Parts: sequence; C-alpha cells; structure tokens
Amino acid sequence: MAIVRFADQKLFRNPWADFERMRRELDALFQGTGTEPGGRGTVFPALNIFEDSGNLYVRAEIPGVPAGEVEISIEGDTLTIRGERKTCTTDEKCSYHRRELECGRFSRAVTLPAKVQVDRIEAKAADGIITITLPKAEAVKPRQIKVNVG
Amino acid sequence: MTEKEMQIQQKQEVRQAGEPTKPEKQYVPAVDIFETAEAVNVLAEMPGVAKEGVEIELENETLTIRGTVVPEEHVGETVLLREFEPGSYLRKFTVAETIDQEKIQATMADGVLTLVLPKVAPAKPRRIEVRGI
Repeated sequence: MAIVRFADQKLFRNPWADFERMRRELDALFQGTGTEPGGRGTVFPALNIFEDSGNLYVRAEIPGVPAGEVEISIEGDTLTIRGERKTCTTDEKCSYHRRELECGRFSRAVTLPAKVQVDRIEAKAADGIITITLPKAEAVKPRQIKVNVG
Repeated sequence: MTEKEMQIQQKQEVRQAGEPTKPEKQYVPAVDIFETAEAVNVLAEMPGVAKEGVEIELENETLTIRGTVVPEEHVGETVLLREFEPGSYLRKFTVAETIDQEKIQATMADGVLTLVLPKVAPAKPRRIEVRGI
C-alpha cells in the first residue's frame, strides 16, 4: 500500500519528476531488488516481514539453532534477534569433505515499521523458522470512521 | 562486536534436466559432510521442512536427500520485506565408502537434517601391530 503524505504533493508539478522516478526504478532493477528475494547478501538471519491490519509478522530463517537459544529483544521500535549457531563439530578426528554451513554468532536488528504492543509479542519456532507476532499498538491500527447523517 | 558476523547464504536453485511441475522453488541445501573412522556424517540445512517431509534414498552409491515443505497460507498479509522464499530441497551425492545401509540414521532438528552413514566393518581402519622378533 502506497502512503501519500500531504507533504509529498507539491503545489507546482516538477517537470523532471517522471524522469527521476524512471531513474529510481531502473536503479532498483539493476540492484536486483525486483522479484528475486534477497538479492544482496545481508546479515544472517534472512527475514521476511509481513503485516495485516492487527499484527506485524517477522519470520526468520534460523536453521540449526535450538529455539530456546535464540534471543529476541525489543527496544523502542528496534527488534533484535541474536544467537549462536554451533553446527560445527569440535571432534578433531574427523575430516571434512564439504563445509558449507557457517557457524558462529549472529545478531540482526530491524526497525519496525509501526509501533507495537511490547508486552504482547509472541514468538514461536517450527523447523528452523521463527515467527514473531507483534500486535500493533492501538494508535496505529486502522479504524473505521462512521459517517453520521444528519 | 569484533567477531565476524554471519552472512545470509543465498540459496541456490536446483539446475537439472526435467522441469518441475509444481510452481515452487527447488533449492540445493547447504551441507557439511565429515568423515570419522566409523561413519560418514551429513548435515543438511533445510529450514521449513518438517520431520515428515524428509526423504532419503541410497541407491547404487547415490545418496538422495529430498525435503518438501507444506506451503503456508498467509491470507490478508502484505509483504514489507522478503529475503527468503520457502521451497523444497533436493541434493544428490555419490557415496564412495561402502555404507552399511541397514544402520543409516537420520534425525531432523530445527531445520537441519543429520545423517549418519556407518561404514561397513572392512572399511574401518585396522591397526597392524609390528612385533619384534
């Protein structure tokens, strides 16, 4: 949903606005942020953020970390996911043929797009994917406004 | 933090002959393979795959790991950020060691599959004692 603020609507039309918009879209195209998810490598874990009218949903792909060992904290409107992956064996007698899984500490912070009710946040883990449900604060929930006739 | 932070590994899609019939993505799971004196261990990263969705086959020295996900329905949700997409997983390996097929063990925990392929007895290293005369 595109939000148009009053400030965005200029009184006089910028004749270059369309060209600027075109340039931005082309830039976005070459950055690969179109249909391809991810595109660029960022900090682990990969996140999907969804919203509906009442909640924000943050889904993080954290395979190989037991659910109890993932630290999730919120400070203001910054959500932080922290933990450590210990898939590497410490056994020195083994020889590796392939080593593609990375292990070590990770921490990722995201700024939430809306105010949330901090005390009602829930997190649940299933098969390496953690779903965090953040109920939106009453102030930012969409509300129907009735039109009175009379 | 001074330590190196972990990076997201981009999932590689399966490239092979034969087109999939389902409109879902098929990825190559990242794996760790390590060998001890007794067994070959395989760790495969398949987030989103439940225990029931894992299929493992060993046929003619080819080990096939397959993971299928149950697509989740999120009705009425709008996407704000998308960095991963669910999909199924497929990867094949040629296993050179003679594996004791009866004793293969597989466990699935937190989206990581652990396979233990024990070697058959003759392949185990044998220590030969040198005796003095």
